[in-house]
Amino acid sequence: MTGTGVLLRLALRRDRLMLPLWILVIVALPIGTASAIAELYPAAGQRLTLGTTIMANPALQALTGPVYEASSVGGLTAWRATNVAAVLAALMSALLVVRHTRAEEDSGRAELIGAAPVGRYALPAAAVLTSLMANLVIAALLTAGLTGQGLPLAGSAAFAGSVAGAGLVFTGIAAVAAQVAGAARAANTIAVTALGLSFLVRAAGDAAGNDAVSWVSPLGWAQRTRAFAGERWWVLPMSAAATLILLAVADQVARRRDLGGGLLAARRGPASAAPSLRSPLVLAWRLHRGSLAIWAVAFAVVGGVFGALAETVGDLIEGNEQIAGLLAALGGENALVDTFFATQLDLFALVAGGYAVQAALRPRSEEVAGRAEPVLAASVPRSRWLFGHVTLSLAGSALILAAAGLAAGVVHGLRVGDPAGQAVRILGAAVAQVPAVWVSAGFAVLLFGLLPRAVAAAWALLVAFAVLDLFGPLFQFDEWVRLLSPYARLPALPGGVFTPMPYVWLCLTAVLLIGVGIAGFVQRDLEPD
Amino acid sequence: MSEDSAVVVDGLTKRFGHIHALNGLDLRIRTGEVHGFLGPNGAGKTTALRIMLGLLHGDGGHVEVLGGHPFRDAVALHRRLAYVPGDVTLWPTLSGGEAIDLLGRLRGGLDPRRRAELVDRFDFDPTKKGRAYSKGNRQKAALIAALASGVELLLLDEPTAGLDPLMEAVFRECILDERAAGRTILLSSHLLAEVEALCDRVTIIRDGRAVESGTLTRLRHLTRMSVTADLAVVPQALGELAGVHGLEAAGTRVRMEVDAEHLEAVLRVITESGLRGLTCQPPTLEQLFLRHYQGHTS
Repeated sequence: MTGTGVLLRLALRRDRLMLPLWILVIVALPIGTASAIAELYPAAGQRLTLGTTIMANPALQALTGPVYEASSVGGLTAWRATNVAAVLAALMSALLVVRHTRAEEDSGRAELIGAAPVGRYALPAAAVLTSLMANLVIAALLTAGLTGQGLPLAGSAAFAGSVAGAGLVFTGIAAVAAQVAGAARAANTIAVTALGLSFLVRAAGDAAGNDAVSWVSPLGWAQRTRAFAGERWWVLPMSAAATLILLAVADQVARRRDLGGGLLAARRGPASAAPSLRSPLVLAWRLHRGSLAIWAVAFAVVGGVFGALAETVGDLIEGNEQIAGLLAALGGENALVDTFFATQLDLFALVAGGYAVQAALRPRSEEVAGRAEPVLAASVPRSRWLFGHVTLSLAGSALILAAAGLAAGVVHGLRVGDPAGQAVRILGAAVAQVPAVWVSAGFAVLLFGLLPRAVAAAWALLVAFAVLDLFGPLFQFDEWVRLLSPYARLPALPGGVFTPMPYVWLCLTAVLLIGVGIAGFVQRDLEPD
Repeated sequence: MSEDSAVVVDGLTKRFGHIHALNGLDLRIRTGEVHGFLGPNGAGKTTALRIMLGLLHGDGGHVEVLGGHPFRDAVALHRRLAYVPGDVTLWPTLSGGEAIDLLGRLRGGLDPRRRAELVDRFDFDPTKKGRAYSKGNRQKAALIAALASGVELLLLDEPTAGLDPLMEAVFRECILDERAAGRTILLSSHLLAEVEALCDRVTIIRDGRAVESGTLTRLRHLTRMSVTADLAVVPQALGELAGVHGLEAAGTRVRMEVDAEHLEAVLRVITESGLRGLTCQPPTLEQLFLRHYQGHTS
């Protein structure tokens, strides 16, 4: 462990910009939520009505989890913000750990450090410590911020602890992924897939009202700490224990492998290339197809699960006369199912935005790794090289959304006895989300072309879009502010009224952003470092 | 411009923020020659190569590659040239063989017979995935792709940095074959022995500027010879003769460096002092090189 302190300072220095930004967002969201709820629902009666409406909507519960205590501001804050904050803390921790362990090995910097008088495990130890510190800072700031909003100390601390707990568990998961995977990209994929599965399991459990299923997911633990609703303090040490177990596993794997290697060993490949491997587009396909396949399968599985849940949406409100009456006015149970799908597809679109941005930024990682140089030193126009990756980003995001929509439609259709009809309907609604996703990809391409060192802003923009889209109604943002997010511009489908103009505008915006980005890249210097 | 020049660089400048990477570099590579591009790390060799490839814009000056503009005509020019970067990275999901074929095809095609021959000569295993290769093996992949493409101009940036001595010898053979086939080669290096063994002409670069350029013979002629002599009597005034530097005397043996233009006068004195043995060597490239860089630091 010698040298851990030095490496910790190095990690903190390298992240002196991004890490405070992450922490700011994770802390600001719950505090803003508490403030908004106190302002918008000042009376306990209003809050109880809100709580009843939420509990009647499984789509909302899939997104945010159940309400444990609706009469207090704290209870509603915990309902609305726990899941988002926990997901973000988990994502921050996972990316942080991989960045400071596996990515360092891939770059060869770990070798440099390994040759210096530092302990063999100083690098992972420093990465885990960095993440631990970040999560503790989040917990401290959240506790202070929520009590500052006038919420009880115990609930605030439990809330803060549950968010940090999710961050810690995913610190552990990423530490294992970084040791098991053959490269940083694969480690990130493993960690993010684990996060996606945790979200899905919790969403399915909460939407179906099955508590045992939700307990399987570390994200479910965060909610079940029941901040502001009779705190279950014993859940917090559970997260800590899970983290320690995961770190012990990572340590065991680390002892069994070589620097740069992984447990998942590299397979051999063909001695010569297939005749088709002769263009930048085919190269891009080869580079993207692995992750695209994982995303498509994950989207199809998650879509299928939501398809299976959709029909049970109506069951939950059967006992509730008030809600049933409200619903009849809105168009009956079918309208509820449509709303459920529309809400879920909006969420799918935001996640697909993550795929689109990731794929559109692949040229940047190629450039940084020095793999763009030999291709562009061959007889390849820069625009064609970049367009290969852009094509995969655009077509890939459309494909995964289609996979989710098709699976959801078929499964739902089988349950209601109309597989073909529902498949077409939900598939159409899913594909209708694509233009918003393309705008996210467009911003990534624009940044790559004009400000290659600032491409991370494409992620910040996606998070901002998500916050505007998901929290806009709760925070009662002005409509024009909410509509800054392309995801908020689309009609709610299925069920809503289809109007072509938003699609035309979003597609034109995406084309413009991509066009300017490509034009910028064609003219600029290659900046590998 | 001149038809016999494959690459013409005049007064090229390039800045990265406050750092002046190139300060008016001049370089002329004649068609059909192997041209050594010598300089320590950070002298600007790679920056110059990247500008010749149109990967970077020059800030000022003039660059012409195979009669074309390196940035504007990049796509057409790159059919006629091949580049081996100093630090080769391969795609983790592609095998070495796939990477070789891909790079060759993107350039306009590979000679399969030549490819097979080179894979054999470099003892390269094309079935591993990108990440499994050592630095030297990644360089072999890029070298094979470049050498098998049969282009007019090869731009090689420290191509042997990761190769073992055996493979370095294979590399030298390959370069000599290419030269015999009439190709033009720019070999950037800080390995003097390599340049000395392969290159017709040399440009030495320091701080982004060419400090010396010419044939090795001419460069040597301009500089000092190493003279070692065994004499019956060491003349008193030997150290004071014009053009004599660094005289060391051990008994009857003397060693010194002599400026080329004073060599005749110095040898006359030596032969009149009971000469029993004499070696007179041109300077190695190493000595040439060190002189330029020592002059800089002192």
